[in-house]
Amino acid sequence: MTRFVLGRIGFYTLIAVLLAFFTIPLLWLVTAPFTSDPTYKVSVPDFTLDNFRAIAEHPYALPSLWNSVLLSAGTALLVVILAALAAYALSRVRLPGRDALLYTLLLLSSIITGTAAMVPLFQLAVQLNLIDSQLGLILILTGGLLPAAIFMMKDFMDATPKSYEESARVFGATPLQIVRHVVVPLVRPGLATIGVWAVANVWGNFLMPYLLLSDVEKQPAAVITYTLYTEGGQANLSMLSTFGLLYSIPVVLMYLFVSKKYGFRFHGGIKR
Amino acid sequence: MAAIELRGLSKVYPGGVKALDSLDLAIPDGEFFALLGPSGCGKTTLLRTIAGLETATGGAVVIGERDVTGVQPGARDIAMVFQDYALFPHMDVTDNISYPLRIKKVGKGPRREKAAEVGARLGLEHLMDRRPGQLSGGQQQRVALARVMATQAQAFLFDEPLSNLDARLRLEARTFLKKLQRELGVTTVFVTHDQAEALAMADRMAVMEAGHIRQIGTPAEVFQRPANTFVAGFIGSTPMNLLDGTVRGDTLEVAGCKVAVPVTAEGRLSDGEKIVYGVRPEYMAYSAAPAEGAFGGRVVIVENLGASHLVTLEAGDVSVQAVVPEGNEPAVGDDGYAVPRRDRALIYRDGDLV
Ligand SMILES: Nc1ncnc2c1ncn2[C@@H]1O[C@H](COP(=O)(O)OP(=O)(O)OP(=O)(O)O)[C@@H](O)[C@H]1O
Ligand SMILES: [Mg+2]
Repeated sequence: MTRFVLGRIGFYTLIAVLLAFFTIPLLWLVTAPFTSDPTYKVSVPDFTLDNFRAIAEHPYALPSLWNSVLLSAGTALLVVILAALAAYALSRVRLPGRDALLYTLLLLSSIITGTAAMVPLFQLAVQLNLIDSQLGLILILTGGLLPAAIFMMKDFMDATPKSYEESARVFGATPLQIVRHVVVPLVRPGLATIGVWAVANVWGNFLMPYLLLSDVEKQPAAVITYTLYTEGGQANLSMLSTFGLLYSIPVVLMYLFVSKKYGFRFHGGIKR
Repeated sequence: MAAIELRGLSKVYPGGVKALDSLDLAIPDGEFFALLGPSGCGKTTLLRTIAGLETATGGAVVIGERDVTGVQPGARDIAMVFQDYALFPHMDVTDNISYPLRIKKVGKGPRREKAAEVGARLGLEHLMDRRPGQLSGGQQQRVALARVMATQAQAFLFDEPLSNLDARLRLEARTFLKKLQRELGVTTVFVTHDQAEALAMADRMAVMEAGHIRQIGTPAEVFQRPANTFVAGFIGSTPMNLLDGTVRGDTLEVAGCKVAVPVTAEGRLSDGEKIVYGVRPEYMAYSAAPAEGAFGGRVVIVENLGASHLVTLEAGDVSVQAVVPEGNEPAVGDDGYAVPRRDRALIYRDGDLV
């Protein structure tokens, strides 16, 4: 009996420690921006808005958030459209070696967008005159996310019955009309999932924009965060925490919105 | 409206399954035609091949005067109701019904008008704003019908449209569908595995088995004179008695009893020949007293059919069934005698009707 109680106590203590481990940084993130002179400690804020004023006056901070929006929205849009079309075709057309193709793509993509491919990608961008261009970055990010997106999307496509499309086909609908009128509305939760996933991926991506965009005015928030230092070369905690808060709010809002609208089912490649 | 003709139509699936084996079939304009057969015989495949959702591997499909074998489904001018109705779950009833018109680039106003008109005709007025998920099975079926009506196609193809309804609703829908087809006069091909449904609704019907058509005819022809033992066994709510027998001069020896040669087979049998004697339980006169030319035996089962009873006799080592009107039914263990009607009994030689 005592063993059991002790075990329980130990278990809950462990949980509490783990929870604290994850909550304290979050707590810091919401308190520090409202504190005059934040340290690494979580302290009761004095509710000053000076930090926000400082961020607003920073020449690149707010514009970089807008850049992040552009980059992630552009990438998400491309990924969703291309993945939907590709997944539809792969799901409905019987190709010999289709599954092998999919798995190879997935495998290769995880290598290609990794660090190993940085140099060739950089050179490719230079040659195509896409270096220091947001469009170029969007294309490269899209390429990196597409295989996984197609893979997830195909699962959604496979799960929708064929008879809807066949019915539309008998009425004379063209393949594109079928996709627009029937398939897209049916897999909308899937599209939302892929969209959110792509946005979250791009929003947090540091390395790619850091390498491919040299113009500070084009850089997204993830890169700008890296430049928030004091004159002394120390991390500027008040700026960092404030910017960090502003940086995370849009993603949280997006998640809440989409989850409310489409009733999120984040199950990746797993069937319901 | 248009006639449908199939010429030597074959369909072999990629795996090598021969679902249709060189079928010939002509369905005249305006006919209500039923395709009947057991599960897996190729009914759905045949319908889908007519629609163009499956490509024929041999032969031709002709709709009207046009050979449409290589034509896309949408260009064949046909409309199809799927077994699961395939109503678009994200559109309301109005949008579902008017979807074919949307594809034909009809404007929104005329489209809504047509949907309202067709919907009203099928008693859907008060449901026009609902989604398919908010409708009962019978209502969904009517929406699916309304949708094909809105197409004004040359021919309708139905794949077991009643199989998702409960027994009661099915009877209503049967009558309704038949009446509707009469009024519209559109050539209709109707797939079912329920022989009663085919008999009740069709102008003509085909009975299929394993990719072949075993008989084509009116329901009366198919019911009264099944062309072979397969059709004989498949058609009828109580299965036909099919008994092995031998010709003995002017009479037949069947199941150890002497019975008369049926009218239709008179003078067409040779002495000593082995045959199969077929007679429906409905065409047997039952009596408790011995009778000339009767199957006699012990009553082993009595099944209640409502207004009548199905009595199974054990004659020799085979079972013979007879339908007995209510009030006359015997008890299990009694001796019984069933005299087949000479004008309704049939003789099969090597599986085919004599
Ligand atoms: N896509 C397919 N690929 C391979 N074989 C198939 C395919 N569709 C059907 N078949 C086979 O073709 C044959 C005919 O099938 P079909 O669906 O036409 O039967 P059915 O008469 O409609 O049966 P049911 O009454 O059960 O619906 C069956 O043996 C079936 O297994
Ligand atoms: Mg079928």
